[in-house]
Amino acid sequence: MENKNKADVVVVGGGIIGCATAYYLSKRGKSVIVLEASENIGNGGSSRNGGGVRQSGRDPRELPLAMYGIKELWPELSKELGVDCEYHKDGNLRLGKNEKHKEILQGLTDRAVACGLDVRMIDADEIKEINPYLSDEVTCASWCPTDGHANPMVTTLAFYKKAREQGVRFITGEKVTRLRKIKGKLREVYTEENLYEGDYVVVAAGYESREILETVGVDVPMHQELCECLVTEAEPHMFDQMLGTAEADFYGHQSDHGSFVFGGMSGLELNNKNTGPKNSPSNASITSPCICRGIMKYFPALANAKIVRTWAGYLDICQDGVPVLGFVNEVPGLVVACAFSGHGFGIAPAVGEQLARLIIDGATTVDISGLRYGRFKAKI
Amino acid sequence: MSVIDRSVDIGGFVPQPDDDMLICRCEEITKGEIRKAVHAGMWTMTEIRRYLRTGMGLCQGQTCSRLVKGIVARELGVSPAELEPATARSPMRPTEMKVLGKEVS
Repeated sequence: MENKNKADVVVVGGGIIGCATAYYLSKRGKSVIVLEASENIGNGGSSRNGGGVRQSGRDPRELPLAMYGIKELWPELSKELGVDCEYHKDGNLRLGKNEKHKEILQGLTDRAVACGLDVRMIDADEIKEINPYLSDEVTCASWCPTDGHANPMVTTLAFYKKAREQGVRFITGEKVTRLRKIKGKLREVYTEENLYEGDYVVVAAGYESREILETVGVDVPMHQELCECLVTEAEPHMFDQMLGTAEADFYGHQSDHGSFVFGGMSGLELNNKNTGPKNSPSNASITSPCICRGIMKYFPALANAKIVRTWAGYLDICQDGVPVLGFVNEVPGLVVACAFSGHGFGIAPAVGEQLARLIIDGATTVDISGLRYGRFKAKI
Repeated sequence: MSVIDRSVDIGGFVPQPDDDMLICRCEEITKGEIRKAVHAGMWTMTEIRRYLRTGMGLCQGQTCSRLVKGIVARELGVSPAELEPATARSPMRPTEMKVLGKEVS
């Protein structure tokens, strides 16, 4: 009897990377099954990030994907998926207050310019013109006019909705326990109760990818850090840019809804305690107050804005700070997409579209060679 | 947690006379919008909340979450008891940034 749990591609992980990959594969006629361990689609970093869609500040190895997504995919995404993803391409300001900050920003800017990105340093006057609500102490910034932001929760669910309409089978509460090769090629995906089969298997399960990949001898060097976001009540419209700072005090934007969404860190992320259930991490008590102080340093005007909710999520941080993406020589049929290191949301459409090309055409059109699994070597 | 195949047929969306009734007053979400979201694939309270913003406003769902749950359960043909509530989040009451940011002296 035919195994009904068989598809051209099995995707492990129903976050934005898995949903986007499933969408682009199904758009090109492939049958896809997506397995999500939790009961919700997009339950990891996909719904626990600040919504940045940016290129500035990104590593040269992942910059081509970021630039491709912003040029080719994000502008039409809401129309294509039939859901308003609240995408704004109104620029990113990375702010600084002193010479040390200026040096950091200049370094980031020089590296991005060398990769062909339109980003430059601007002075206090120009900053005020772009965003009049900032503190007078802000004296320098890097400015990338083609950066922006979108709603990460809605975008993830929009990819899911459209992929589901195109016939992708999504199964939630289905935790993958191991992968298995048949005749030297990856084929079988085992969950606690079921067996799935695919010609290709995409592993896009965030940090949990590590133990899944270990079952076929692949080990991605990454660790987890518990990061946080917060949101204010709706405020009158102030600005449309994405914001960050030289020392990463906070990042965020004002949403179409009017609320301000900010994310940030306390500096103790490696050892923050998760006070919530495993499938929905909760906050460390010191982090959101720290983010508030960071915001008020740059936006004194927001001191009276009311915080209505805070939430937390794990970053899957790679040893060298950029994702692991693509085929793995040792395991034919395997496609890895994990260790996004907090940069996954903005590049997700590009990752999904390029992985579909990799699987169907055998090659990507964007250079992802710097992100290959084989790059990790011992120092001597 | 049970294994749920999101491709199972739950039937199509059938309009109802009270679809324009406001359910989430803070974010002004109607019964019809909630029912349509279920048919778009949003089958958990958490997905509904992230997709529509129900319970994401000033009261954080303290008024509407039971109503939303009843509507979603009916649409899916399950008991409301089978649906996990969305996670409650601190600070529980809207708190000014300058107050929340003051936990150290």
